[in-house]
Order: sequence, then structure tokens, then C-alpha cells
Amino acid sequence: MNWLTMIFDTLRDTVLDVVPIVSIVFGFQVFVIRKPIPQLRTVIIGLSYVLLGMALFLVGLEKALFPLGTLMAEQLTDPAFLSASDGLFDQPLGWPDYFWVYLFALSIGFSTTIAEPALIAVAIKANEVSAGAIGVWGLRVAVAVGVALGIALGTFRIVNGTPLYFYIIAGYVIVLIQTLYAPRLIIPLAYDSGGVTTSTVTVPLVTALGLGLATNVPDRSPLMDGFGLIAFASLFPIISVMAYAQLSEWRSRRNAE
Amino acid sequence: MFVLQQPIPNLGDLLIGFLLVVLGLTLFIQGLGMALFPIGETMAYAFARKGSLWWLLAFAFALGFGTTIAEPALIAVAEKAAIAAAQGGAIDNSDSVRDSYAFALRLTVGLSVGIAIVAGVFRIIKGWPVQYFIIGGYAGVVAMTTIAPAGIIGIAYDSGGVTTSTITVPLVTALGVGLASSIKGRNPMLDGFGLIAFASLTPIIFVMAFGILY
Repeated sequence: MNWLTMIFDTLRDTVLDVVPIVSIVFGFQVFVIRKPIPQLRTVIIGLSYVLLGMALFLVGLEKALFPLGTLMAEQLTDPAFLSASDGLFDQPLGWPDYFWVYLFALSIGFSTTIAEPALIAVAIKANEVSAGAIGVWGLRVAVAVGVALGIALGTFRIVNGTPLYFYIIAGYVIVLIQTLYAPRLIIPLAYDSGGVTTSTVTVPLVTALGLGLATNVPDRSPLMDGFGLIAFASLFPIISVMAYAQLSEWRSRRNAE
Repeated sequence: MFVLQQPIPNLGDLLIGFLLVVLGLTLFIQGLGMALFPIGETMAYAFARKGSLWWLLAFAFALGFGTTIAEPALIAVAEKAAIAAAQGGAIDNSDSVRDSYAFALRLTVGLSVGIAIVAGVFRIIKGWPVQYFIIGGYAGVVAMTTIAPAGIIGIAYDSGGVTTSTITVPLVTALGVGLASSIKGRNPMLDGFGLIAFASLTPIIFVMAFGILY
């Protein structure tokens, strides 16, 4: 398909997607608050920037990065590739044979999170509210590291076959302990960064990876094992953001001594 | 490329795609500060000045429910969940049964996010610490996991991650921070954040409940 028609179609879809949000906001503004929106012109221009930006972003992803990502996910989880890589064709695959899958999961987790628009928004807001104490890039990298580790561990779980809730509950316990010791001001932001990591970019790629892996690994079912990667991607950033804050607090305390 | 030893298809398309992603993000960030942040903050200030708690909570619910039900990522996951459930034998494998399963799942998640934003806004007004709610929510998740059917658990955990879209996150964050800065005695950093966390936790519990009841 032609680039321009694709951009146009995506723009139309994006506009349709925001219709409920816009109608709720403007409905309340007109019927409940009953005041004109300040700087309506800027808001409308800004909103069209957001929509056009989203459309270009999605077309770029869909046309170039998603096909490559899903193709790689399929090829890497293909039993033929996996058994060829260790040269032992007749032996059953063990978890170390999936080395490239883990590495792919790490890099896809990191790169998709860095490009996540929702995370950029939260990072900008956090930077503004904390008067610069929380860096936009610092937060984005901390979250991306969390997602990367989370998804890599998630693929390991699918290969390994241990139940999902075992990891999630262990993750909750770590979050609980960190909450007791982390700087108080970071806690709400850390919890939030768990939720923002997985929207437009990460979900389709990660779901493809999970389902592909669960289909190809012997004795795994897509229903039981294919899902759950996104849960890892939303739990681990909480841990990594609190760890980042704990680390910088510890460093500044050490420097002060 | 090096691992699979296969050429990357359409290198030209890949480059244009990458360029579009960067251009799109730049425009999006530009628009954030002009539209989404000011809208969220203006609404927060207006509701705080108006002093009507019920309208604020109604707005919070509408925002959570309305934006989630139409969320493309959720629609995709719900469809996949329906297919997986049909293949697993949990529901009949026909189009209409799958569609109604997917729609019911979306409705469940929408409802849970609406309730989450209401609870989160109420928390900001009261100034209660966020961790009590989150830890309480985790306890709920763990409790539900022990009684939910195994097939729904992965889907439930995933649905928590897909609810918060690119447009909703900046709006909701600005709303929370705006509320916390306009109410006396609230710290925007301590009280303003946390709405997204609520919105990603409640769907997990609700979807597992859905799995038990459906």
C-alpha cells in the first residue's frame, strides 16, 4: 500500500479512537463546568499535532518495525533455527538453547519502551513536578531496563514452564519490601511507570513473541503460557524505578559523608 | 541479521518507517504540552474550584470507562483471548460466541478502569498513601489467582497492562497532578501520581472474577 494512503487511513482510525475521550472531556466542559476552554486555538492545534504524530508513529511501526519484529520472533522461536544453533539435532531442546530468544526479548523490551509515547509523557510531567530532580531520560532508561529484564524473564518462564503466578507473586513481594525502604516521593511514580510501559508499541510485538514461543516450545499451550509477558513488563519497571531512586539516594548519601 | 543470517526485507521501508516514528514522536511531544496536559490540568482546576465531588467522580468514571472500552490494544487482546478460550474448550468455537466473549471481557475491563480512576481520584482528595491501595490490590490479585480458572490468569495479568493508552495516560496524569496541586496540603509528587497504577491493577482482579463467573 502507498505510504500516503496508509498515513491517511491510520489518521482516520486514530481520530476515531480519540472520539470517546474528546467527547467526554468537551461534554463535561460544556455541560458541567460551563466555561469556555482557555486558549481553545492552541488546544485544537496541539490536539491535531498529537493525532498526526500518533498516526505517523503508528504507520512507521506497522510498515517497518512490526513486520521485522514479528518475523524475527517467529524465526527465533522456530524449532529448526533453535536446534541448528547448538549443532545437536537429535537432542531435545533445553532452556539454554533459547539464548537468542532471551537476548531478543531484552533488546525488544528496552527499545520499545524507550520509544513509548505514554512513558515520555509521564517522564516529562515527573520532571516538571519534581523541579528537575527526576530526569526525563533517567526515568525512561530505568523503566526500559525494567521492561527488558521483565520480558526476558517472561520468555524464560515460557520455555521453562513454571507457573506465571509464581513469578508475579515473588515480584509483588519484592515491590512490597522496596516500598518500605524506597524514598517516599518516588513510590507513586514507580507504581505508575508499571502501567505506562505497555501500550501502542510493546503489546503487539510482545504478544507475538509470547504466542509464537508458546506454540513452538513442546508441551506449552498458547492459552496457558502464551499470555503473561505483558504482566512481566508492567511489574518489573516498578522494581527498577524504585531501585533507581534507592541507588541515587544511596549515592548522594555516600557523597555527603 | 547476524544471528538469523537472513537479509532484512525492505531496508528502504525500514528506514522510512524509522523516520516516521521519530517524526511522529516529535509531533506528539509538541502536542502534549499544547493540548493534553493543559486539558487535564484545566479540568482538574475547574472541578476543584466548582467544589462538586460528584461531578468530579462522574468525570473520572467516564474518562476511565470511555477511553478503555474503545482502546485498540484491549480490543486486540480480547479477540486473542476469545480465540484462545475457544481453542482451549472453555467456550464454543463459533463467531458469535467468541464475539460476545470478547465484548464482555472489554466491558469488564472498562468497568474496572472506571472504578479505578474514581478510587484514585478519591484517594488524591483524601490524601491517603497510594501504597496501601496498591498492596491491598496485590493481595486481591493473589487471592483471586488461587481461585480463578488457570486459562484466564495470563489474560487477566496482561489486561492490566493494555488498558492505559497513549492518549489517556497524559490526560489522566495531568488530571491527577492538577488535582493534587489545587487542593491545599497535597503534594503533586506524592499524591498526583498513582492513577495509572490503579488503572492497571483493578482489571487484573476484575478479569479473574470474569473468568470465574463466565
